[in-house]
Amino acid sequence: MADVARPTAYLNARLVDPDSGYDGPGALIVAEGAIADVAHSPRIENLSADVAIVDCAGAALVPGLIDIRVKTGEPGAEPKETLKSASRAAAAGGVASIVIQPDTDPAVDEPAVLDFILRRARDIELVHVHAAGAATRGLKGVNMAELGLMAEAGALYFTDVDQPLADSKVFRRVLSYARAFGRPVAHRPADPYLSAGAVATEGELAGRLGLSSAPAVAERIMLERDLTLAQLTGARLIVDQITTAGALESLARAKALGTDVIATASINHLSFNEVDIGDYRTFCRLDPPLRAEADRQALIEAVASGLVKVITSAHTPAPAEDKRLPFSEAAAGAVGLETLLPALLTLHHDGRCPLIDLIRTVTLAPAELLGLPGGRLRRGAPADLALCDLDAPVVIDAAKLLSKSKNSPFDGRRLQGRVLATVVDGRTIYRADRAG
Amino acid sequence: MPTITDPPDIEGLVAERMFALSGRHFISVASLNRPEAERLLDLADAFVSLSRAREKKLSLLRGRTLVNLFFESSTRTQSSFEIAAKRLGADTMNMSPGTSSVKKGETLIDTAVTLNAMKPDLLVVRHSASGAAALLSQKVGCSVINAGDGWHEHPTQALLDALTLRRAFGSVEGLVVAICGDVLHSRVARSNVGLLQLLGARVRLVGPPTLMPAGADQWGAEVFHDMRAGIAGVDVVMMLRLQLERMDGAFVPSTREYFRFFGLDAEKLSLAKPHVRVMHPGPMNRGVEIDSGVADDLDVSLIQQQVEMGVAARMAVLASLAARLDSPSLSNGVA
Repeated sequence: MADVARPTAYLNARLVDPDSGYDGPGALIVAEGAIADVAHSPRIENLSADVAIVDCAGAALVPGLIDIRVKTGEPGAEPKETLKSASRAAAAGGVASIVIQPDTDPAVDEPAVLDFILRRARDIELVHVHAAGAATRGLKGVNMAELGLMAEAGALYFTDVDQPLADSKVFRRVLSYARAFGRPVAHRPADPYLSAGAVATEGELAGRLGLSSAPAVAERIMLERDLTLAQLTGARLIVDQITTAGALESLARAKALGTDVIATASINHLSFNEVDIGDYRTFCRLDPPLRAEADRQALIEAVASGLVKVITSAHTPAPAEDKRLPFSEAAAGAVGLETLLPALLTLHHDGRCPLIDLIRTVTLAPAELLGLPGGRLRRGAPADLALCDLDAPVVIDAAKLLSKSKNSPFDGRRLQGRVLATVVDGRTIYRADRAG
Repeated sequence: MPTITDPPDIEGLVAERMFALSGRHFISVASLNRPEAERLLDLADAFVSLSRAREKKLSLLRGRTLVNLFFESSTRTQSSFEIAAKRLGADTMNMSPGTSSVKKGETLIDTAVTLNAMKPDLLVVRHSASGAAALLSQKVGCSVINAGDGWHEHPTQALLDALTLRRAFGSVEGLVVAICGDVLHSRVARSNVGLLQLLGARVRLVGPPTLMPAGADQWGAEVFHDMRAGIAGVDVVMMLRLQLERMDGAFVPSTREYFRFFGLDAEKLSLAKPHVRVMHPGPMNRGVEIDSGVADDLDVSLIQQQVEMGVAARMAVLASLAARLDSPSLSNGVA
């Protein structure tokens, strides 16, 4: 129906647009890949005859999601996930833009690898594929990567992903250098000495299971350093995957002091707690590890209050052979592109956070953070849309995920919310089959 | 007392006490309830008599195959399982990573699935990772017995310790047992805390804070960092091996400092009850966690008995698991 050449009207929808703050009946017209008109009523009168009509039948029409923390295996580990399989998974999850993490093989620490990824993605023509660059060469935390050249080639931010930037001098230089190119730096705070070898959060459960663990304060200790260096350098810091109540306190204090900092949370840490590792469930082996329930509750509060602004899927494909191992030997991480939206909607259905605020964390907030044009239902914005039935019950079946790797901790979970269609630049790139 | 001239009595006793374990695997003491634990001990008691008889062999496991799959080397546990299986008439095979393809990149699961295809009935596994035995049990059709998984559990050790105590004191109920030393890295401690408490003992955990797992105070045991206070008035002192090979950090400043504050010597032991007995899962680091004088004092030490009880306790586990396999109503026929 919605081909690029012909304008399309999406009628009878529930528009949820964090940009205008509007959540209500609405309609919009898409023409030439962009949003041509937005109406806050279910119908648009006097449509010309050549406009294709999509009756949304009351389903929610939200900006296409923007997921700023997505790992693939391309280049270097294609059996895990390719840019194509990740793009398909994103499309099925209502995600219109993804930011690829630089811990590929070779790492994205110079412009040629970045260029390779962006060119490959362009040929796929599904979702918008962006990339982050490594902060240090080979993600080794020693020598700065070519931040300026990568910024020029399109890197949206810099990060060593899961590798802690232990050397404060290096981290300081990365922050101040990146600032000159107008790019933020992301760091996942974890004291490298306290967390060395740890696979779980220290506590009664990890002690009983006999798992090597790190105390939750390992996060806060490193975060305090990161915030202090962000203040010193004036750089914009992205706190990657904040998980603990203690770290949230530090974040709130730094923000009150005017520090330029944006914190992200992964959907996993909002959905699970340490008890979910239960009998050594490796699909729940994550990095950072799952926390106590009190931490999860504090994280949900922080999303509701706006202290944590961005939510990511932390999409980390790991094939069965990397997960079917003893807990401490299994790969960390979970796929999440296809479950991000329904899992997020749990917080809406539970009454923990207004729908429009939740949608903001995966649309407008990441768009503003990284200077992307999407994430809004505004005239002139790219026609990136996700149409979803907010209430449809779904049972997640990991085997049916489009990701090449099926390591979903949501496997078997009952969630509410189903993506009906995903539109990128006006093209419908995904449509749920009626039976599914 | 049975003598070497009347073996049929032992067989009768075994037959009388034989039962089928309710679980298909023996991975954690948490799967036991008290009546089942007591029945295991009763059965093991009968096997002690058998092991002391001239004719030690029964045919309860005839036709059954037991595989010892030891990813971590252990002379005593492996031979204990092997003797236990042979006394019950099973065929046994030992596999260790040094002689298998594990070093060629084959995973734990691959190895187990390969072994499983050879249709063993009982698979005894030791592995350095916590949870390894539980993982294996999900992938194979035979019964899995945990012979130690990382820091998690070593349930047959707890069973043999309980058997040793029951024979020495008549009952485990009401005993005060101090488990001392490197609790953090000890699967023996975790299994013993569970089983001894199930059997009605009061458990204390004694060790430096760096070797005590977080949340140990929530296991129902009392935690002490002062060994003198910890063993004051106890019936039993159970020493743990200071896992030198597992020390990837400086948990204690030196072995001599450790011995000074947490090593068991006659002077510290004098604070316990007069009838106190001392245990150690072995192998001992003499002069590190235990003084030779204490370890070798036959009036005090139960260490030799523990080794003997090990065979009997493992026979009880193997026999009751095999009885479950024999029972059509319990066996779920997974191949």
